[in-house]
Amino acid sequence: MAEIQIADTVDITDVVCPVTFVKAKVALEELEIGEVLAVRMNDGEPVQNVPRSMKEEGHKVLRLDANEDGTYTLLVQKNEE
Amino acid sequence: MALTNEQIERYSRHIILKEVGAKGQKKLLNAKVLIIGAGGLGAPAALYLAAAGVGTIGIADADEVDLSNLQRQVIHSTADIGKPKVQSAKESMEAINPDVKVITYHKFLTSDNILDIIKDYDFILDGTDNFPAKFLINDACVMAKKPFSHAGIIRFKGQLMTYVPGEGPCYRCVFRDPPPKDAVPTCKQAGVIGAMGGVIGSLQAMEAVKYIIGQGKLLTGSLLTYDALSMTFHKIQLPRDTSTCPVCGTHPTITKLIDYEQTVCEGVGL
Repeated sequence: MAEIQIADTVDITDVVCPVTFVKAKVALEELEIGEVLAVRMNDGEPVQNVPRSMKEEGHKVLRLDANEDGTYTLLVQKNEE
Repeated sequence: MALTNEQIERYSRHIILKEVGAKGQKKLLNAKVLIIGAGGLGAPAALYLAAAGVGTIGIADADEVDLSNLQRQVIHSTADIGKPKVQSAKESMEAINPDVKVITYHKFLTSDNILDIIKDYDFILDGTDNFPAKFLINDACVMAKKPFSHAGIIRFKGQLMTYVPGEGPCYRCVFRDPPPKDAVPTCKQAGVIGAMGGVIGSLQAMEAVKYIIGQGKLLTGSLLTYDALSMTFHKIQLPRDTSTCPVCGTHPTITKLIDYEQTVCEGVGL
């Protein structure tokens, strides 16, 4: 499998709902269509809601990986403006 | 211009909306809106536009805050009595949101100054309480090709419409000339329920926001009326043919601004 090129990374572990999604959304808006954003988030509410909200906005969730420190990293591809 | 973390949090309920996003919020922050009249309509409109982060808000009113204003003009407080309304409004808006730059015009708008004032703005809100001002604002906006929101309130009723150049009728297409003197009572004579300004002024703010972010359908080509006692809204379709209008028609006969005689309330700002 070809390696995914990450265009930008945003850390949303320092904020709570709904700013978690909002912060990720703002970062994604800065990217071009087709580019991939990595989002570092806490377990629990962000993991449940942020990937779903990204899908609802029409973007493509590529993967969600657990990190060693208990956080998760979401890779999301921008699909529309 | 990137949004700061504080802005992302302040405007999070906007940014979360698909129709707004960071892009729409930046449009709001870069927008310039002029509110004419800091009264019953202008007060709620100004508060919502300031809270929304409209970057530059102009506010025009020649009056000072009076005790009898406070029943409906929610941007002013008891401690503001005697202060110019534009100053009181500016303080309230800046207290809500330091992102907003407020420009005050403590004067009546007339045929001599209105074009020079509106030229710097993207959208204009008519929050005045008298027909000379309403016709002056309409004609000036048509001539300067500026979109604006008309509104009027009295007793338990209110109405509004939106003019966008080239996209439907102007106020004069619908109301050709001011009514005869004393044919229509002023708010001072007739009274107005306080929340009416909140309903209609907030709808004006909504039209301004939609225009700025470029989303949804505006009240162009229709007049929305609200009757609080019967609790009914009516959306009246206006004639599509604007060609015979004396100001926005194909052969305009009004080519200079008119200062109709002011016989009603003492000033703008219902």
